[in-house]
Amino acid sequence: MKNLDSVFAAYVIGWGIFFVFFISIVRRTSALRAEVDRLKNSLERK
Amino acid sequence: MTKRILLGVVAIALVVVAAYANFFIAPTERTMGVIQRIFYFHAATAWAGEMVFFVCFIANLLYVWKREQKYDWLGVTCAEVGIACITIVLITGPIWAHPVWGIWWTWDARLTSTFVLWLLYVSYLLLRTLIEEPGRRALLSALFGIFAFLDVPLVFFSIRWWRTQHPAPVVMGGQGSGLDPTMSKVFFFNVFVMHLFCLFLIVERYIVEKLRHDVDLLAREAEVQ
Repeated sequence: MKNLDSVFAAYVIGWGIFFVFFISIVRRTSALRAEVDRLKNSLERK
Repeated sequence: MTKRILLGVVAIALVVVAAYANFFIAPTERTMGVIQRIFYFHAATAWAGEMVFFVCFIANLLYVWKREQKYDWLGVTCAEVGIACITIVLITGPIWAHPVWGIWWTWDARLTSTFVLWLLYVSYLLLRTLIEEPGRRALLSALFGIFAFLDVPLVFFSIRWWRTQHPAPVVMGGQGSGLDPTMSKVFFFNVFVMHLFCLFLIVERYIVEKLRHDVDLLAREAEVQ
């Protein structure tokens, strides 16, 4: 089928962008959660 | 937590169903052939992106009116999710255009106004990095966001007001436009799925803003002690 590779490329790139964006959200969330825990622990120690 | 996971699971499951429908349920278009199947993903993502920018616009208006932080958080959240959608639209469009038009890009009204939309919301995020004081940052970016949204109706109506390279609207395009009934069902299912997926991204991204606020509060508390 003509142009099927272009169709796959569009879907793979498109969902790839969503995936990378979602991973960046997950990474930012986990880094901030770790920071919240660290600050809470340091406040408790004081 | 459970509701968030459930939303994610349902959204991703429906994405798989939508992909199946795009490739195996929607009929192959007579003149363009298989390349037309990009339309279901491309146009549905564009609709969802424009809806997300509309939510951003409402959040910006509410911030200017009420000055509550939650609206600033929602504004920046929607700007990021909308940029992700429009980035996809700007990439999948040329992938479709190259075999159909013989060119990757042309500066026609729809393509140019969409590119300007992307630039405006990238500028919205850049503006936020330049202002340190939170209240001033929230107000100026909300005002800029209201201005940026003016381009969304221009994007929507560009293919109705001017006849250039981009195809005329096949949905809500008036007399002579329209889709095959199965294509139409598949397209509107994709629109629904893409909105649900964007809602999932908004919920997840909003938590980042809330956690940033918590970190700021705790850091200030730690400084005082």
